[in-house]
Amino acid sequence: MEVNEVFEKVKSLFIEDLGIEESKISMESKLEEDLEIDSLGIVEVVMAFEDEFDIEIDDEELADVKTVGEAVNLLHSKI
Amino acid sequence: MSKRRVVVTGIGTINPLANNVENSWANLISGKSGIDNITSFDTTNLPVKFAGEVKDFDANDYMGKQHARKLDRSAHLSIFAAEQALLDAGLDTESRLGDEVGIVLGTGIGGIGATEDAVRIYDTRGPSRINPLAITQLMPNSSTGQVAIRFGIEGPSLTITTACAASANSVGEAKNLIERGVVDTVIAGGTESGTTPMTIGAFAQIRALSTNNESPKEACRPFDKNRDGFVMAEGSTILVLENEETAKKRGAKIYGYVDGYGSTTDAYHITAPSEGGEGAVRAMKKALEDAGVNKEEINYINAHGTSTPINDKNETMAIKSVFGENAKSITISSTKSMTGHLLGGAGAFEAMVSLLVMQNNKVPPTINLTTADEECDLNYTPNVSIDLEVNKVMSNSFGFGGHNGVLVFSIN
Repeated sequence: MEVNEVFEKVKSLFIEDLGIEESKISMESKLEEDLEIDSLGIVEVVMAFEDEFDIEIDDEELADVKTVGEAVNLLHSKI
Repeated sequence: MSKRRVVVTGIGTINPLANNVENSWANLISGKSGIDNITSFDTTNLPVKFAGEVKDFDANDYMGKQHARKLDRSAHLSIFAAEQALLDAGLDTESRLGDEVGIVLGTGIGGIGATEDAVRIYDTRGPSRINPLAITQLMPNSSTGQVAIRFGIEGPSLTITTACAASANSVGEAKNLIERGVVDTVIAGGTESGTTPMTIGAFAQIRALSTNNESPKEACRPFDKNRDGFVMAEGSTILVLENEETAKKRGAKIYGYVDGYGSTTDAYHITAPSEGGEGAVRAMKKALEDAGVNKEEINYINAHGTSTPINDKNETMAIKSVFGENAKSITISSTKSMTGHLLGGAGAFEAMVSLLVMQNNKVPPTINLTTADEECDLNYTPNVSIDLEVNKVMSNSFGFGGHNGVLVFSIN
């Protein structure tokens, strides 16, 4: 799967599952500041990623993920 | 030193009858039922297929999907009602209210819908798929915290969970906070959204609910001989309580005074009232004493009147014990006949009704009261509202656990 395909999947998951406005979501947007995903929300995001891409994500792997782009790259490396 | 008096300066409500105060009152006075077949989930397996559901309310539209999906419905309803109440009181809903304002909310079972959802996921998909927001949705103080966050209420906060007396106790404890001078303003009320599959099933198991599936609108019939249980309902009602002086100084509209509060416990049985409503009698007497009101001055009682065989009989006995010969001349009604039982939201809704009765000098009826019961022989305002000058009201609330919360209101 190409990086841009992963991004599109992440984007539609954010819109449909989390109710985030489409216009806010880009590779650069920051999860906490721009998308208002707090510490509880991150757990939801991980669960949604795991279900969508059929992978497992460890808490440590997420420690450095602050933007949509970083999340997309992490997912891309695991698929 | 005389006590500080407490006034109500704002009211907000969302309930099975309507989503604001004005339409709720209009429907109460015209004797409309808000009870109907359940639409929010499939009732095929349940022995009870109707309830008082809130209608025409979409939390996603109201607060945006990203925020709405983080909250249980009981919290959606409480934020909606609180916003109405604050606007009605002329308070600013867009800047933080600060630490001079407190909040006391009641609920019977908190975010029970979220609890049910989380258990369902645990059973089907295991612990790693439990919604990480489950705890913050299901804890009984969730609405208190969410309303406080939304409006920046930084003063004292309490969540009261005395079942069906919860929001009567909330209004009473809020009154105490103001009387003691802890704060001048308290947002008080209750919320409930337990019209969910497991909860209805569980209440049905203890034979507490009416099973009149053929005619939902006639199922709730307090004080009627053929009553067969209460009807579950959901909703939230929030009042703004203020120190009289503070309210008058800012020129606020005043609905009436919260003058009396009586709180007692049966300490007898977890669901059944004590014989003759003994605990209720003590609460009613304490509320009168607290208000400094003679029992002859009360000319309307908003009854707990759940439509269960045992409540309505015992409440009638309790009213007779307190009011003696005078009991038969007092105008009584149970507005649960129209709303169903709002559980932890009931006391606050009925506090609203009490205030509106005095404001409008009209008494809403007890609907579906068509067959007299010799054990319920007082004047319950059957079926049609009446015009009556009312200056002092008593509102009764009794809850599983043996909790009794009684409030007395005055127009001036």
